[in-house]
Amino acid sequence: MKRALPILAVLAVLLAAIAIVNPFFLEPAGFLSFVRRAAPLVILAAGQYLVIVSGEFDLSVGSLVTVEVVVAARLIDGDEAATWPVLALLIVLGLFVGLVNGAVTTLLRVPSFITTLGMMLVLSGAVFLWTGGAPRGALSQAFRMFGRQTGWAVLTLVVVAVAAVLLMRANFGRTLIAIGDNERAAALSGVRVTRVRLIAFTLSGVSAAVAGILLGGFAGVSAQVGQGLEFQAITAVVLGGVVLGGGRGTVIAAMAGALTLEALFTLLNLYGVSGALKFTVQGVVLIAAVAAGAIRLPFLDAPKVKGDAHAVS
Amino acid sequence: MLTMTGIGKSFFGVRVLSGVDLAVVPGEVHAIVGENGAGKSTLMKILAGVHAHDEGTIEIDGRRVSFGHPLEAQRAGVAIIYQEFNLLPERTVSENVFLGREPIRRGLVDRTAMDTATARLLAELGEDSFGPRQLVKRLSVAQQQVVEIVKALSLDARIVVMDEPTAALAEHEVELLYRLVRRLQERGIAVLYISHRLREVFDLSDHVTVIKDGRLVTTVATEDVTSEDLVRLMVGRDLNGYFPPRSTSVGETRLQVTGGGNDRLHDIDLKLNAGEIVGIAGLQGSGRSELAKALFGAEPFTRGEMTPVRPRSVREGIRAGVGLVTEDRKSEGLALRQSVRDNALLVTRAMGRGARRSGVRELLERVRLTPPREEQEVRYLSGGNQQKVVLAKWMTVAPKVLLFDEPTRGVDVGAKAAIHDLMRELAEDGVAIMMISSELPELIGMSDRIVVLREGRIAGTLPAGSSEEAVMSLAAGEVSS
Repeated sequence: MKRALPILAVLAVLLAAIAIVNPFFLEPAGFLSFVRRAAPLVILAAGQYLVIVSGEFDLSVGSLVTVEVVVAARLIDGDEAATWPVLALLIVLGLFVGLVNGAVTTLLRVPSFITTLGMMLVLSGAVFLWTGGAPRGALSQAFRMFGRQTGWAVLTLVVVAVAAVLLMRANFGRTLIAIGDNERAAALSGVRVTRVRLIAFTLSGVSAAVAGILLGGFAGVSAQVGQGLEFQAITAVVLGGVVLGGGRGTVIAAMAGALTLEALFTLLNLYGVSGALKFTVQGVVLIAAVAAGAIRLPFLDAPKVKGDAHAVS
Repeated sequence: MLTMTGIGKSFFGVRVLSGVDLAVVPGEVHAIVGENGAGKSTLMKILAGVHAHDEGTIEIDGRRVSFGHPLEAQRAGVAIIYQEFNLLPERTVSENVFLGREPIRRGLVDRTAMDTATARLLAELGEDSFGPRQLVKRLSVAQQQVVEIVKALSLDARIVVMDEPTAALAEHEVELLYRLVRRLQERGIAVLYISHRLREVFDLSDHVTVIKDGRLVTTVATEDVTSEDLVRLMVGRDLNGYFPPRSTSVGETRLQVTGGGNDRLHDIDLKLNAGEIVGIAGLQGSGRSELAKALFGAEPFTRGEMTPVRPRSVREGIRAGVGLVTEDRKSEGLALRQSVRDNALLVTRAMGRGARRSGVRELLERVRLTPPREEQEVRYLSGGNQQKVVLAKWMTVAPKVLLFDEPTRGVDVGAKAAIHDLMRELAEDGVAIMMISSELPELIGMSDRIVVLREGRIAGTLPAGSSEEAVMSLAAGEVSS
């Protein structure tokens, strides 16, 4: 919790800045609609966190979100009765893609950067082939409710957030971080490194499925719906102070990072900054966040034990 | 030639050094001893320009100097050789020696000049086991140390600081290091020698400076003191006889191997009994660590019988009640950026057993971690305290057999005694203990029985209290025995 403080402070400042320009933001409806808009990215960040903290990457989540939305539209095709079976299928699809990412990375020992980059291209190509560039079909009303109705979106987000926090406190979470910090020491302590990583990738896939479900309702069906989301999620996680390479940072901070990023976009929007600058801003934020992490202020976590100072080096 | 007077330094308001004086003359070997955290490393880093000092003066050849950067210290003739070397493994010896100041001829790096100069220095040091064109990654730790020394010489260093130079060396390599130090001495170079091993201090040094809690205790001529004197000065108390008393009763067999083997080990017959500490001796490469890893299941035996089970994986080993305190705490023992508590609970969590956070405090007190701060990241702990955390990690699963691989390497005298006491305590509680150590006095002082390995086989077993000579001759395979 202590380590989440800097990002929570930044978030508070940004939210205050938004509220000054747009007082509606202070009303429950205004604030919750912001949370609804941020929900998919926060959920993706939680999934991405699990992978990053174990020392890996998942670049495939953006394409996976697109696939989820396109598949949902095609299979439901406006049929209300198909909603729930398709929702279940989407979760299974996310799970499966994550599992493949995890299996290729851990069992075939392909670096996850390459595995998930490959998966991103495979999924993008598959969507293009399948839709010919223009997705067909339509989502049902019940499906769209998740992304559109603030209550449902916020509820989904809260469930995911609570689950993520509990997961990180459980044996799974603690061993996951230990793997990211020192894989060899973890293995020699009896941690099932392959299995734990596999689960992390799978959960990242599931988080992309859930984010896709929300985004489908919120943003509608298109072949671009998930574009760039993988980088937004990574930016959000890094912004939360989670170190690339693993072993450090909390899931709360990662999710706060996603809210912060979304708040920043909202603020730029309010000030009339062109939407085209979104990527530029994101790039600057990403680099700045890593730089800030690299020059971590030593007094924040300096040892207070006398005479143990030399052990740092 | 070097005089440091009244050196003081604080980090973040915590005083780590105050009023330390040090004077060194050319051709002298000056040992610096003190417990971990006493401030030895900080003092040396000030000399090497890594840290700036807050108080005091440094004079070299009567001229007052102040180093803001390691390069300035280097130019003034100070070279420091750290425990972990700063060599590029994929480059050759001479490329490493001349890194960043390669001789240039017609706009290109003059390799011939580099190789010639390096070869000359190697010859001067009497090193003929490798040449200037050898890739550093193919060299042993001892040879890499030679490269560091050659680098220092090529920089015309007149003061060479060696920080725990024998920590990573095997017993027979230490002799080579001694020879190197003496060669440096002959060239009129002053050597500042930091070590935990008192034997080296007595073998090599002319003077000893003792530092405790950041303060100078004394500087004495080595010949005027005994090792008991030094220990007393370092810890401020007597460590009576160094080692806890041996076991009186040996219990049932906890683990037994017959004819165990894999690609590194052959025909291993070994029995570990409750209440007993079995020492494992052998030269580097004799298969000591491999034996521990095989018994534990990390690099399993592929042949032979083993009771209660022959583990095929770490988890099987742990389930059978075996724990391994690895040789290298930092790379194999701990998740350094996690808290003391998370590290202590790692094994129970990994094994899916209920991890009781409430029990951690009690456990840390049991392993005598001071202060027992559960939230502290382990990388901020001293070597001794880190090792205690590793021990705590295994005690959570109540092991029947504990294998220690170099349990006190890089650990200060006080913590060392605490770890020895703990090992004995565990043995008395019925744990079967195996201990690998390169430090013969420790091995002989602790073990109830010493098993000597040579080239992956058991060369022989010696009783408690055998002489160092007996162990070494078995380990080295001298014909006389």
